[in-house]
Order: sequence, then C-alpha cells, then structure tokens
Amino acid sequence: MHLALFIVFAVLCVAGALNLLLQRHPINSALSLIVVMSSLAVLYLLLGAEFLAAAQVIVYSGAIMVLFTFVIMLLNAGKEERTHGSKLAYIAGFPGAAALLGLLSYIFLSRRGEFGQARLGEYLATTSDLSRVLFRDLLLPFEVTSVLILIAILGAVALARKEH
Amino acid sequence: MDTSLIPFLLFNLAKVIVVVVLLLMCVAYTVLLERKLVGRIQNRWGPSRVGPFGLLQPLVDGLKLFLKEDLMPEAVYRPLYILAPIIALSCALLSISVIPFGADIRWHGMQFFQISDNNIGLLILLGITSIGVYGIALSGWSSNNKYSLLGALRASAQVISYELALGLSLVGVVIRTGSLRLRDIVGVQAPHGLLSWNFFGGFQFVAFFIYLMAAYAETNRSPFDLPEAESELTAGYHTEYSSMKFAMFFMAEYGNMITVGCVATLLFFGGWTSPFGSFFHFGTGPVATALFSIFWFVAKVFGFLFLYIWVRGTLPRFRYDQLMGFGWKFLLPVAVANIVVTSFCIGLRLPMQ
Repeated sequence: MHLALFIVFAVLCVAGALNLLLQRHPINSALSLIVVMSSLAVLYLLLGAEFLAAAQVIVYSGAIMVLFTFVIMLLNAGKEERTHGSKLAYIAGFPGAAALLGLLSYIFLSRRGEFGQARLGEYLATTSDLSRVLFRDLLLPFEVTSVLILIAILGAVALARKEH
Repeated sequence: MDTSLIPFLLFNLAKVIVVVVLLLMCVAYTVLLERKLVGRIQNRWGPSRVGPFGLLQPLVDGLKLFLKEDLMPEAVYRPLYILAPIIALSCALLSISVIPFGADIRWHGMQFFQISDNNIGLLILLGITSIGVYGIALSGWSSNNKYSLLGALRASAQVISYELALGLSLVGVVIRTGSLRLRDIVGVQAPHGLLSWNFFGGFQFVAFFIYLMAAYAETNRSPFDLPEAESELTAGYHTEYSSMKFAMFFMAEYGNMITVGCVATLLFFGGWTSPFGSFFHFGTGPVATALFSIFWFVAKVFGFLFLYIWVRGTLPRFRYDQLMGFGWKFLLPVAVANIVVTSFCIGLRLPMQ
C-alpha cells in the first residue's frame, strides 16, 4: 500500500517537474510546480513526517505559489520566447547535467551507511516529538535561524521602501 | 488486514457519499435561508412561491442551473477555465472530510460521524483552505476579462493576508489543548459544558473574533466580498462563467461557509458537546448520545450560518486599503498578542518540567 502510493506520487512529482521545464507559458509552469510540491508533501507523509507534510502544503503550495501566480497574473506575462542561448549551454548542457547526477548518486550510494535511514511504513513522527526536538534539544539553533530569517525580512522591507 | 479491508473501504465509501450528499443539500438550503433572511432584513418576503414557504426553491434553482446553456467565451484559456471551478468545489468538499460531526461512536472500530480522524486535522483544514484560492485566482486569470482579473488579484492578496491572522488565532486553542486533533480539541471543552468551552472558559474570545473576521475574508463573504464586488466588478472572478460551472463556484462558496461554521463550533464552542456539560443528562445509550451530539452540533453550526447572513445583510463592504490595513495592522498584532498572553497564562499554571 505504502509502496504503491509512493510510486504513484513519485511519478506525479517527476512528471510535474518535467512539465515545469517543457511548458512555454509561465502560469502552466507555476501550476506544475504546485503539483511537484504537493506530491512532495505526500511523500513526506509516507515517510511518517506528518507535520512537515502539512507545512509543505500550507507554506509552499498555499502561500508561496499563490504569490508566484499573483505576480504572473499581475504582470500578465505572455508566452516565453524561444531564444538561442549560448553555444556552450547547447553542447555542455545535457552531458554536464548527466555527469553531475552520476557523481551525486555515486557519492550518496557509496556513503550509504553513514546517513540515517527513513523507511516507508507505519512509523509516524508526531508533532509533539518534533516540537520536543525543536524547542528543547535544538532550541538555540532554532531561535538563531528564526532571527536570521527575521533579519532577511527586515532587509527586504528596507530595500523595497521608497525614500520620500 | 486483507479480510477487513473490503468492509472498511465500503463503509468509508458509504460515509463519503452520505456526507457529500448531505453537504450539498445543506448548501442548497443555506442559499434559501440566505435569500429568506436577507429578504426579511430588507423588509420583503424572499422566495415564497415554490412549495410551502418557498421550501422547494433550491430544487428549482438547481434544475435551472443544470438546464442553462453552458457558454464558453472565445478568448478564454480553456484548460484552466475548466479546471478552476473544479479546484474550487473539490477543495470545499475536501475540507469537510476531517470534521467530526458527533460523539465518538464506533462499530467494529469504524467511526460513524467523521470521515477521517487524524492527528493533524487542524493543519489539514488550513492546508486545504490555502489551496482553495487557486480556484478563484485561476478562474479570473483564464477568463481573459479585466474585471475577472481584478477580482482574482484581489482574492489572492486578500486570502494571503488574512490566512496569517487566521492561522495565528487558532494557536491559542492548540496551546490549551496540546493537540492538533479535532476530537481532542473538543474533548478538552466537554467536561463542564459552557464553562469549559474555549470561548468562555479558555478565554479565547479575542481569538474567536479574529478567527471569525479572517474566516469571512477567506471565504470572500461580505463585508470582505471584494473579489466579486458587483457594484465595481460586474461579478468579479466568475463574470464569464455560466450554467454548471457558475453553480460550482456558488456551491464552493456556501460549502466553505458551512466548513467555517463547523470549525468555529469545534474550536471555540465545544463541538457536539452540550452546553450544560454533565449537569443534565439527556438520556444514555449510543442512540441517544448520537442524536443529541448531532443536534447540538447542527444547532451551533446553524447559529454561525445565521450570523454570516445577518452580517451580509447589515454591513457595508470594506474599501481595499481599509481591508489590507485591517488585516495587517490590526488583526495580525492582536493575534500575536493573544498567543503571548495565552501561552504565558498556561505556562504559569503548569509545573516546571
């Protein structure tokens, strides 16, 4: 059951990602990105991370992608024009990407024993487990990260503000 | 596992069908209730010709919408134009699946009054609400009409702004319960009736008013109905829709209203528990418990629908800048203050661990 769901949503995820690249219209690409993110949420849920799954849907598919579509609609962006990119991209693009993929998978596979494991199945990390880790064991790093994000927000506001 | 899988699937399928049919019936009669009440508020009768007191009006309306010609303008972007009402309606129907309607009554371990009982029910509701805005946004954009586009832009901005206040207003309730499961949230409010409801006993009335206002904005209802403001934008995001596609937006709007009423009932007004707590017993046994829990739940949700319609009939629409200022400068800080005060009070009461 878990495996079947995993296959369905993994295929959906990859299909969405491919469609994102192939579509010519920005709004179709944005919608494909929503599909990718929502199917990622299902994959998280299958791995037992229920809070992460919900947060993925609320934050990424809900809030951030609404802003993406909002901007696309506001600018009324038209179809992407086909441009001739640099020759280097034509020649080295696919082989480069393939080489990078091969390298990364080689590293991950050879170092498999050193990573932690996550299994598809009945295991469930509850919200209280997660909050115990975040607010007790890792309190300082968590708060420092929040302050960092806050500084980034303030910086963005300061940059965007017009001087009168 | 395999032997119990088929009855489990059948039982759940039956539950889903019953709930969806009931929800759509409720939607139809909420429309009638709205027309009747707004009629009385405006000193006229409302629908009164079809059936006794106009009670058959929803059926005739449904038939009318089915039989109308389904016009599709030339310049629309077809795939999204067709997809948009489907997204809107399916999100409205999905969110009812985590809502418990009545007491925890089981038969062979299968729950009667809830489709899906899970640990993060509240978060799922928030997630579905945040996806629902795509229905409106895409319908406005794909219609290729200036008014529709303006409505869609307004809807996106409004929903993003008020979602924050909505989510933050629920944190106080979650802190008090210590769980995101909707049945646990109701369970905490059960013991002393009215006195242990989050609204009275939990001192969450500030959170409740923030939730109420943010939820009105999320469902695009008056006084926050800027996306379809008929005096400015013809009909806003659904100007170019007709027949069943228009009806789907309509059903989505009223379905969301009912969901908001259910969530407010569950989170702040004790869900299906009676307001008298354990002082009065209305009979024991599973049947009586089931009937009374359903009765209280429906009565409370009906109260919220009544409030929705009353507000629509009496309040004028916000201006756009007022809407944004109200959401960001008033609701959001008050919601954050509510979280701070609530967690402080609860922290003082708990022993140090």
